[in-house]
Amino acid sequence: MAGNEPNTRPRAPHLQVYKWGPAMAVSILHRASGDGLAIVGAGLFLWWLGAIAAGPDAYAAFVACIWHDPSPEISLFHQITNILGKVVLVGLTWAFFQHLFSGLRHFVLDTGAGYELKSNKLWSTVVIAAGVFATAATWLYIMAEAL
Amino acid sequence: MGDGTHLGKVRGLGSSGHGSQHWLQQRLTALGNILLVGFFVVSLIRLPLGDHAAVLRWAANPMVALALILMVVSVFWHLRLGLTVLIEDYVHGPMLLLATVLLNFYAIGGAAYGIFTIARIALAPVVAGPGGM
Repeated sequence: MAGNEPNTRPRAPHLQVYKWGPAMAVSILHRASGDGLAIVGAGLFLWWLGAIAAGPDAYAAFVACIWHDPSPEISLFHQITNILGKVVLVGLTWAFFQHLFSGLRHFVLDTGAGYELKSNKLWSTVVIAAGVFATAATWLYIMAEAL
Repeated sequence: MGDGTHLGKVRGLGSSGHGSQHWLQQRLTALGNILLVGFFVVSLIRLPLGDHAAVLRWAANPMVALALILMVVSVFWHLRLGLTVLIEDYVHGPMLLLATVLLNFYAIGGAAYGIFTIARIALAPVVAGPGGM
């Protein structure tokens, strides 16, 4: 192609060409949430298990690192990791619910149902909304219990 | 599926060499994860997580320890399948082999560490003294 003539050829389907919709979003979020759970979630779970097995002191050190350091003068490192730990835990909660609801949607799609444009868009939107809602509800419950 | 050779039809494996095995295992471990991770998340929300003795008592309960070991198997199996697809999509050339080997180290090593740790919690309650993990 020389350059300036209008291109009437069909364009190759690709991310920059298609307008983003909920079905595309829920697809990539399934991968992102799954990989987050697989690497960050499973890693944190093994660290937590190891801390339980290693005894009260190691467990207290784990909690002081990722949640709350009870010592009167908190080191700069723990000030940062206390905030980072909460961000990661909220993120993992969202990733869990997003991946769970999206996975349930995949079970329905596996039966051959839910591919019509309207219902596909509807349930993709429902999955994303339910993931955010369940995350908010879980943390509101945790904070209400803590008070 | 398709018009493959007679031998291919008999074996039913297709060009991947392992047929629908990956797909089916992903679904079956997903079902396991719904039950086992569901139980785990509800437990986490209800446990006093700052209290080591309470968490240890919970994890040392035989039924809980068994469920946790089954969860480790189901989760690490499922994450290996998922990360395999991620690697196949984004990593090419000689790095593909390296990434796949590292993934297997992570999945098998992580699962072994998890199972061993749960067994240690359930079978040998921690006593004060040197050592630890």
